[in-house]
Amino acid sequence: MTATVAVSVVPERPAALAGMPRLPWTWAAAGLFALVICCAVGVLVGPIHIGVGAVLQALVGGQVDPGQANILWSLRFPRVVLGVLVGGTLAVSGAAYQGVFRNPLADPYLLGAAAGANLGATLAIAFAPGTSLLGVNIVPLAAFVGAGAAVAGAYALGRSVTGLRSATGLILAGVAIAAFFNSIQSYVQQTQTASIRQVYSWILGRLVTAGWDDVLLILPYVILSAAAIFVHRRLLDALTLGEDEVTSLGIPVRRVRLIVVVAATLGTAAVVAVAGTIAFVGIIVPHAIRLLIGRSYRVVIPLSMLFGAAFLVLADAGARTVVAPAELPIGVITAFLGAPFFIAVMRSTRAAAL
Amino acid sequence: MSDVVLAGVSVAYDGAPVVCDLDLSVASGEWLALIGPNGAGKTTILRAIARLVPFRGAISIGSRALTELSSREVARQVAVLVQEPQMPVGMTVSQYVLLGRAPHLGYLGKESARDRGIVRDVVRRLSMEELASRPLDRLSGGERQRAAIARALAQQAPVLLIDEPTSSLDVGRQQSVLELIDQLRREQELTVIAAMHELTLAGQYADRLALLVDGRLAAVGLAAEVLTERAITEHYRAQVRVIQMNGSGTAVVPVRN
Repeated sequence: MTATVAVSVVPERPAALAGMPRLPWTWAAAGLFALVICCAVGVLVGPIHIGVGAVLQALVGGQVDPGQANILWSLRFPRVVLGVLVGGTLAVSGAAYQGVFRNPLADPYLLGAAAGANLGATLAIAFAPGTSLLGVNIVPLAAFVGAGAAVAGAYALGRSVTGLRSATGLILAGVAIAAFFNSIQSYVQQTQTASIRQVYSWILGRLVTAGWDDVLLILPYVILSAAAIFVHRRLLDALTLGEDEVTSLGIPVRRVRLIVVVAATLGTAAVVAVAGTIAFVGIIVPHAIRLLIGRSYRVVIPLSMLFGAAFLVLADAGARTVVAPAELPIGVITAFLGAPFFIAVMRSTRAAAL
Repeated sequence: MSDVVLAGVSVAYDGAPVVCDLDLSVASGEWLALIGPNGAGKTTILRAIARLVPFRGAISIGSRALTELSSREVARQVAVLVQEPQMPVGMTVSQYVLLGRAPHLGYLGKESARDRGIVRDVVRRLSMEELASRPLDRLSGGERQRAAIARALAQQAPVLLIDEPTSSLDVGRQQSVLELIDQLRREQELTVIAAMHELTLAGQYADRLALLVDGRLAAVGLAAEVLTERAITEHYRAQVRVIQMNGSGTAVVPVRN
């Protein structure tokens, strides 16, 4: 009997160190899978039954009933794509704000983006209903301008007071600007009672689309915003250190903060312009990922994109079916599904990592 | 060469002077302890050398003026161990030490295999491999201090600034942290400038002591020269007995009358 002993003559490569930050590929694959499933649900759910076969045929350009093809291409596909963009952007912007402001309660609307968008949209609905500018409905444009103006105002105010040394100054400035914009919005809303219902439905958020217009309108901003935040994920990790410590590592803290805030705001403004203010996605998605998977922004940012998109598409499918043929505001669904889910996650992880 | 020279350095916070016209030079490979009562300006001097606070006068490292360097270049010359390092919840030791490589990366750069290799070596050198994937919030006080030292070492800067390295540790851990810093200093030829409040330990580990009072240098020299009963009584308003121990330094013992 001969025993063979394998003798390694090749010098072993030193083993990689445990605990290095990396995106677990199983979770990335799970996120992609969830996104695909949710998109399929979003496309298949609707008042008119369209089978999986017809959907696949339509996607590859095969033979489909013209009526069904029309429903798919002008209603369901654009709506699902819009849901992907809106959900991914809200979740990533929320994660980015939480990182920059080191505040777990930061959401994409923190610096007044929602108040500004609501005011812009209210003004447009009340005083210029049905108007369009360069072929685009004026309501999302007004909302976009309003959101941008509110955040720029908060930024200018925060900068003049604290010189951006502290994130708290910026948050307080955002609170003040939001309160001011909200008061004007309430005033306009109360005095223009004819449009109050339309204003409310806008504020509660929805993904009603007229074909691909909204998708194309926000696509450039959403891509720019997501890409800018994505490339800063290593620096967002560094920002979790103390101010002196990050600076002593040669990292330009203020520049990182400025770029990430601008990027997250741009994406939020674009999204809120077409979908209204959809609550909760920007908070629960990143936090669920932190609790269940990992806290490094190399994990949180990419997975927030995938799971945020999947969650919103699913919530929208719910919003369309729960009280069909009527539609619920999607914000109602995100909070109704999101809150219990988040409570379950917090309880199951015993909030050890909070 | 990584000697540190301060010439006529003054620092003011909101117009109030904290450090006044300070001249100090630290030789390459030397350990200088900054001592002095609370509020004497020890931390502020460290912050100035790391260029974390604006200053008047000149500071140079290895004969290059600090003001000529970019902030990334400063970070490659000077590593800072703050008094209470922020330990982000859920961050692993490896990830934390990896942050020390930041000064060697471009703005949007990614750590290379070499960076990860350096982190692995540093973690191994400090015998923290077992803790590599443990979150920082589950480390003991001494382990946290070692993690912070590891992060500073991964920076590979020739100058190490330390603010109160042992403030929250018991006497045994104080000694082991200081021994570790001293070993690393000799191995890697680091220049160490440390603000220290334990006078006896400062005298035992540092080559020289600089006594600061109200932002000015009151004395600088060997432990036996700086740690005198008269100086400590005067500047700390303390009742002490100073005892020269054969071959093991100068002991400063508080007494009660």
